[in-house]
Amino acid sequence: MITFTINGRRRQVDVPPEMPLLWVIRETLGLTGTKYGCGMALCGVCTVHLDGAPVRTCVTPVSAVAGKKVTTIEGLSDKGDHPVQRAWTEVDVPQCGFCQPGQIMSAAALLATKPSPTDADIDDAMSGNICRCGTYQRIRAAIHRAAALKRGGA
Amino acid sequence: MKTDISRRALLKGGLAVGAGLSIGFPVARTARRVASAQTPGVFAPNQWLRIDRDGVVTIVNSVPEMGQGSLTTTSMIIADELDAVLDNVRVEQAPANPALYKNPVTGNQAYGGSRGVRDHFDMWRKAAAGAREMLAQAAANEWGVPVESVETEAGAALHRPTGRRLLYGQLVDRAQQLPVPQNPKLKTPDKFRYIGKVVHRRDTPEKITGRGVYGMDVQVPGMLVASIERCPVFGGTVQSLDATAAKAVPGIKHVVQVSNGVAVVASSFWSALQGRRALKVTWDEGAMAALTSAQISKQYETMSKQPGQVARNEGNAEQALGAGGKVVEAVYQVPFLEHACMEPMNATAHVMPNSVTLWVPTQNPGGHQALAAKIAGVPVERVEVVTTLLGGGFGRRGEPDFVTDAVETSKAVGAPVKVIWTREDDIQHGFYRPATYNVFRAALDANGQPVAWWNRIVGPGILIQKGRAPKGTIDPAAVEGARNHPYDIPNIRVEWVEKDFGVPIGFWRSVGSSQNAFITESFVDELAHAAGKDPYEYRRALLGKAPRHLAVLDAAAKGAGWGTPLPAGRARGIAVAFSYGSYAAHVAEVSVAPDGGVRVHRIVCAIDCGIAVNPDQVRSQMEGGAIYALTAALYGKITLDKGRVQQSNFHDYPMLRIGEAPTVETIIVDSGQAPGGLGEPGVPPVAPAVTNAIFVLTGKRIRTLPIDKDLLKR
Repeated sequence: MITFTINGRRRQVDVPPEMPLLWVIRETLGLTGTKYGCGMALCGVCTVHLDGAPVRTCVTPVSAVAGKKVTTIEGLSDKGDHPVQRAWTEVDVPQCGFCQPGQIMSAAALLATKPSPTDADIDDAMSGNICRCGTYQRIRAAIHRAAALKRGGA
Repeated sequence: MKTDISRRALLKGGLAVGAGLSIGFPVARTARRVASAQTPGVFAPNQWLRIDRDGVVTIVNSVPEMGQGSLTTTSMIIADELDAVLDNVRVEQAPANPALYKNPVTGNQAYGGSRGVRDHFDMWRKAAAGAREMLAQAAANEWGVPVESVETEAGAALHRPTGRRLLYGQLVDRAQQLPVPQNPKLKTPDKFRYIGKVVHRRDTPEKITGRGVYGMDVQVPGMLVASIERCPVFGGTVQSLDATAAKAVPGIKHVVQVSNGVAVVASSFWSALQGRRALKVTWDEGAMAALTSAQISKQYETMSKQPGQVARNEGNAEQALGAGGKVVEAVYQVPFLEHACMEPMNATAHVMPNSVTLWVPTQNPGGHQALAAKIAGVPVERVEVVTTLLGGGFGRRGEPDFVTDAVETSKAVGAPVKVIWTREDDIQHGFYRPATYNVFRAALDANGQPVAWWNRIVGPGILIQKGRAPKGTIDPAAVEGARNHPYDIPNIRVEWVEKDFGVPIGFWRSVGSSQNAFITESFVDELAHAAGKDPYEYRRALLGKAPRHLAVLDAAAKGAGWGTPLPAGRARGIAVAFSYGSYAAHVAEVSVAPDGGVRVHRIVCAIDCGIAVNPDQVRSQMEGGAIYALTAALYGKITLDKGRVQQSNFHDYPMLRIGEAPTVETIIVDSGQAPGGLGEPGVPPVAPAVTNAIFVLTGKRIRTLPIDKDLLKR
């Protein structure tokens, strides 16, 4: 049994300790907002926050999160109104949308540590997230917008 | 449209969508209302829309949502012509039912070729205009006034002379009794309320919260999850199988042989993967076990010396080439490419004794319905298809293999089964953009103007391989973009030599135009430089018979500041192409690092897609098309050794990342013409715009993709 907190709730799971957190989240806990894309931490669609920091769950064994706090896209905000989500809506970022939960989790983690990121900060923080639809310039614009929303408290 | 038939069929379709409710598919959440279509209180004049007494308009979108925004665009088109308020419109995804929902141009319920808007625009408008006329007539009858005096706006009918007004919801019961008009009057464009205006995407909320259900997210009670071990060589089959160790892995429920390999069926995907790793399979690798990319190129080269079928012949190019002018020759090669949808292939099937339910991210609901029926041995109308959100399509999700996987596996184990492909499965078992080999010759007159254009293309034909075009004919997909280039040259000959090694090939975003715009727009650029002329002006002079090409070329050049100074170390390249109903021109601003690394800083794109239904989504498609094309130009290469794809995941089949992405500026050229496509037309001119800029910077002509940075090292 491994116990951790996910989106504010303590959960116990009876799974092999080496099982990637991704499949525990998706299949054991039924939270499918976190996606599978590569299984090798190359694409970022499986990104969640582990004690606030972005991690790729496809290569994170569930044993590594025992006693820790996991936040998935479903837990980022109550009503889909985190500044990053609001900015994503304003800018109409998503196309197919499959990578966007991972993009949003990476962006939210960036803004938590850097409230006014530069373009270079964005490149660094977001380079692990592939978007095959090519929404990168909207992602960049939306991160700047989210930063402004956060700063302005709007 | 016949109302009675439509209503009956709508009910059937409604039940099919209803199957989605059990999994909580969000787009179908409103589908409960469909079942009430037969009951009073719902006005359903055709299969595309219905209105209930609360005034809620439900629109049935037949085009799968793969990122292009069809849930939004379809709603805009119908709501506009209906005079409905978009905020009161719900949209749901159509079930597979080609009789009702086929594309009226292709006759199939399959979606590719950037056909969503352009093929359905008139039909949807007529469907909505007919409904609007019925509502107006219902109001006229209620008020006892001539219908000509009744107007509609914002979900209501009104009679201005008396100030009377009835909401659509109040007219439902009366409208339902009226005949459906056969030739309703369409709005003139100046009356459009949504078409041509920027409307936010309606699917964003579910895509930013994780609520959106993609194929991979489908959950069905009692569902098992499978992973399939496939022969690494195309066409190989199982020679022997020892599943003892696999079956001992915790969670493994079944190991079954299916057409595409060995399915390991488990309680979870993670277990299925462990079981798959424990399989002992010996493959009969079949006829392609020795195939290599080098062999393919070599054979193409040999065959390029033989005459091909003539795809275009004007004047006498061969004679003009020998007439003493300056002759320019070049050979261009492009590799196989995999689509790499962000969501790996998957499908969920439940094969029951007399029916099948299929939940699938599909570009081909009609084809997949028929395929499932055939495999399961049930009548096609007993197959319900729930089209989920698609995590990318790009042409890949019309293919049959992932549906075959799920239906066969479910049938074999007697339970609902979700088959999920790994990324490695996805890259190594694709339907690839064909690799081709292309020879060009041109003759220039004393002024540098081309008098002869000669092009021979060697490669496989997608339609021929799929049995959709006869062998021995010219495959339209192989020559599109090459045989119909727009340049006014007196002698033109384009030939095609078919050579198919059996590598599975398919429709990759912009299909033949993806490579043929590269070769054509590179070669015309070569001619411009050979003539000592500006590549933009050189093209202009040859576009006298192609006004829409010329208009986008001019717009892109102007927008990019063609001819104005750039920062040191940068250069511009330009290219133009027609594909899938639209005209696009791109100017790329490029630099090359000392190590040969290519950096694209800015792309200016001009697009004439006719009526731009949602201009911001036109921009999105141009932005995305540019990144897709640039990824291919810089990195895209699928190679074979011993019949096996050598790439496996994003480390060796890399994708462009945010730090490498240029800004893309889109200029929409308003021609006022009928709508063209958008998913594809933003791709073809990008690679040649970039390589043409590289030539200006380095003097090196890139004739093989992807761009080899070692060639550009200084």
